[in-house]
Amino acid sequence: MELALNQPAPLLKRLSWFDWLFALVAAAGGLFALSRFGEYMDIYEKGILLAAIPSLAVFGWFWKPFRPLFLVVGAISLFALAQYDGNLARMEEAFFLKYMISSQAAIMWMCALFGLATLAYWGGLLGRSGFVLKTGTSLTWSAVALGWIGLMVRWYESYLIGPDVGHIPVSNLYEVFVLFCLITAMMYLYYEARYQARQMGAFVLLVISAAVGFILWYTFDRGAHEIQPLVPALKSWWMKLHVPANFIGYGAFSIAAMLGVAYLLVQRGILASRLPKAEVIDDVMYKTIAVGFAFFTIATILGAMWAAEAWGGYWSWDPKETWALIVWLNYAAWLHIRLVKGLRGPMLAWWAVVGLFVTTFAFIGVNMFLSGLHSYGEL
Amino acid sequence: MNTTSHSFGKALFELLSSMRFAISLLSILAIASIVGTVLKQAEPYNNYIIQFGPFWFQVFQKLGLYDVYHAGWFLLILTFLVVSTSVCIWRNAPNFAREMKSFREHVSEASLAAFKHKHEAAPPLAPEALATKAQAYLEGQGYQVKALPREDGVLLAAKAGSWNRLGYFLAHSAIVMICIGGLMDGNLVFKAQQLLGTKKIETRDIPQSQVPAISRLTPANPSFRGSVQIPEGSSASVAFLNVADGYLVQDLPFVVALKDFRIEHYSTGQPKSFESDVELFDHAGKKIREATIAVNHPLIHDGIAIYQASFADGGTRLTLQGWNLFAPTASSFPVEGTVHQNATLASAAGDYTLEFIDFRPFNIENMGGEVEAASGDTMSVLGGSPVSDNKHLRNVGPSFQYKVRDARGQAREFSNYMLPLELDGRWYLMSGVRESPNEAFRYLRMPLDADGNIDTFMRLRGALLNHELRPEIAARFARQALPQNAWGTEIEDKLKFSATQVLALFAEGGFQALGGFIESKVPEAEREKAAGTYLRILELAAFEALQAANAQAGLPPPKADDATGWLVRDTLNSMSDLFVYGAPVYLQLMSYDEVKASGLQLTRSPGKNVVYLGSLLLTLGVFFMLYVRERRVWLRIRPGSALLAMSSAKQTIDFEKEFTQHAQALDTLSK
Repeated sequence: MELALNQPAPLLKRLSWFDWLFALVAAAGGLFALSRFGEYMDIYEKGILLAAIPSLAVFGWFWKPFRPLFLVVGAISLFALAQYDGNLARMEEAFFLKYMISSQAAIMWMCALFGLATLAYWGGLLGRSGFVLKTGTSLTWSAVALGWIGLMVRWYESYLIGPDVGHIPVSNLYEVFVLFCLITAMMYLYYEARYQARQMGAFVLLVISAAVGFILWYTFDRGAHEIQPLVPALKSWWMKLHVPANFIGYGAFSIAAMLGVAYLLVQRGILASRLPKAEVIDDVMYKTIAVGFAFFTIATILGAMWAAEAWGGYWSWDPKETWALIVWLNYAAWLHIRLVKGLRGPMLAWWAVVGLFVTTFAFIGVNMFLSGLHSYGEL
Repeated sequence: MNTTSHSFGKALFELLSSMRFAISLLSILAIASIVGTVLKQAEPYNNYIIQFGPFWFQVFQKLGLYDVYHAGWFLLILTFLVVSTSVCIWRNAPNFAREMKSFREHVSEASLAAFKHKHEAAPPLAPEALATKAQAYLEGQGYQVKALPREDGVLLAAKAGSWNRLGYFLAHSAIVMICIGGLMDGNLVFKAQQLLGTKKIETRDIPQSQVPAISRLTPANPSFRGSVQIPEGSSASVAFLNVADGYLVQDLPFVVALKDFRIEHYSTGQPKSFESDVELFDHAGKKIREATIAVNHPLIHDGIAIYQASFADGGTRLTLQGWNLFAPTASSFPVEGTVHQNATLASAAGDYTLEFIDFRPFNIENMGGEVEAASGDTMSVLGGSPVSDNKHLRNVGPSFQYKVRDARGQAREFSNYMLPLELDGRWYLMSGVRESPNEAFRYLRMPLDADGNIDTFMRLRGALLNHELRPEIAARFARQALPQNAWGTEIEDKLKFSATQVLALFAEGGFQALGGFIESKVPEAEREKAAGTYLRILELAAFEALQAANAQAGLPPPKADDATGWLVRDTLNSMSDLFVYGAPVYLQLMSYDEVKASGLQLTRSPGKNVVYLGSLLLTLGVFFMLYVRERRVWLRIRPGSALLAMSSAKQTIDFEKEFTQHAQALDTLSK
């Protein structure tokens, strides 16, 4: 009777032994880090670390595939750390590090796998092959795992360069582009599974591939993958909160824009028989903009609070701040129209696509064309 | 009359609270905001005049484009946003509050039957029994349920997600709060005072103590954001607020004294930290507290936050050696200078003013290219890209910058390095010169001798400019150039004449003068050859000049080796550049006593906490609005029949799914 009614059980009863194992590992890892490195952290960093434990646990309970991802990334990253054995030169000597899981190797693997995933999604979409689409999903998951391993190992490598150089790898344009790829891919994988609509991947992976292209250019043309010490303005615990929150926003808006493109194509009958129904695309588009808006709001507020500590005021109408406001206003208007007016259809899809240009300008354009205080990620 | 105004008021109310108006405001605000990011804000007005010309400068000034975010029209848009949002809350509040509480139990049966989402079942159970089960089910699904007995059965009215409406209140009142907090921290009070004429912007460059009261703000000023530069060992009791093309002086409730300013570097040379050790005193001179301010670690005292914002030179004392570049001697004279101060240099041609601008204890030079010139004399400590190619970067030591202004007021800017620089395997002292700040420095390279000094260069320069020495040099040159049997012949006289002529021409205007002479006297076909000959004569004669100068100074004769050859050649090149160097004197930095200055920003923002509270409410509101779905369910149960109806403001796929689930649940319960 209960089952037939699909009545939700209390949260704790719904958790499996694997859920608990996962939470236990997360807690053990966090507490170990605290005991080992606590003396180098300030009170805020300790707070962030402690808060990360329940956040990770709950996130894993909410989105089950996160648990194996977390464990795999953790295990391989720890293996890489052991391979280093405190010696940065091992990067060129140890086989696994040199070819697989030094930060740069892992990130290059991530780039390659995202490229292959894009091809697979398109192959599956055009060839109507569920198997090929499934391959795309697997490749995306692998890319995500390697990307996270890359970032984790990079974090450690930065400390090997010098204890005063070490920092969380979200400090420059190269690092945040990797973060962008990972967050976008993970959010997409969540919606893909939830809506059982792998065909959307063909479009979402395009924007990730564009970011991958940028990473490759930035690495090989500019050597931007080199780990650099932090400028004094970035030496703050706020960075650990502000930057990831922002990229959840950017990632979500990117997915929404790509789905906007898919929606418009379906409307015109292009690929319509291959893609999910317009209502499904529309629904995911709304969901991503909603989550993006919520996190972009948080990120902007966190940014303002950081600015109040670093720049002498929570709001200085700095170009980056102003463009963040413009992005926020843009999606606020989008949500007003969608939620209050109940409007759907091509207009909002177009708007989501245009929104990506606004967002991209706020993300990269401001750094390229406008000067200001927020010049940490210059090209 | 009354009705017209009433209906006008109503129409205005309708307009302000309409969605169309709100969307338009959001769009207008976004577009208006762009203006200030495209046009650099709060630059010195002269920059704008240069950029736009006098006509458009005035137009843009009238439009407030140089400080868009404080312009009247921008504040008007914000005001409209606040008003519109407030009116919207006002309009929806009673309705929403009712909706949150209401179960809509008075819904008519007919309208339930007309719902798009409805499902009928034929339960065998008694209405009350089904109602109990259904209520338990709905409550399990997170609904609040009200069971209402009806004549022929039961009506269950259920609602979930009422917090969605609460989210609306939170988010929209948050916008109003944030705007009000922002206004509290803005400069509205000053603007009003400016309009009333009780306050005025100061535009003169005068010491702050002479700034009159009309341009000063008292310590009671509730909000401000100013900055001040304090040299080490000095203190400040005011901050400066940049407004339009001038400034205001903000008197502080305390005195800030700077004990020490430090810059630490990473091993790669990039700055690692900027720190100021400060002491705060009250106006009676009693010490209040002592602290270290660093980037990201402001000091907050008495509601005023003090930030590390920039650094500059605070009046470094320079011990210099002046070399008179056009004197026919190698003598030098001592000069004392202090950065940010002037000194006078007397000369026969009139007095020169030395304006010492800046001192830099280190200069990071890109060995792959040009010497890096910093853009301003105040360095921001906030920007900077962590991605930089540091392989070719090297610290080339201290430098100082100064202007030499002649009696007519013409000035050139110089940048002299203390330490020599190696270029093409040889060492030089570098002195950069430029006519205006937009130009890059052009460098005079003075070659070092074997002792690592410029003394030999100066001695040779003096000898070459000394026309009394010229006959002797020419004679030495001729004797060196000719075999002994040609001594005393006409050829020797000719050579002597040529050497004297070449030396005289060079002393008058360097290679330029020699070139001019060749161009005017030699036919085109032979010029190249003539130039080669003259150059050879000049180099050999210059070597003889060095011999003569050394002899005169009682020094051993120079070695006739490669090193001396290069030294002579470099001296000639450098001397030739002296004619375009633009100053009669070279100032060599011998030693310095560095005094740094720390740029602090002082902020008092009473609206900050209002903004933060608003931000918290906004976050909560956004989450409630986006993630709490408001739904209502009605279940009308009669003996033998049950009608399920469901509604939601937002009909999403999730809603459809949920409806299907409830409909199935009803079927299950009805079995």
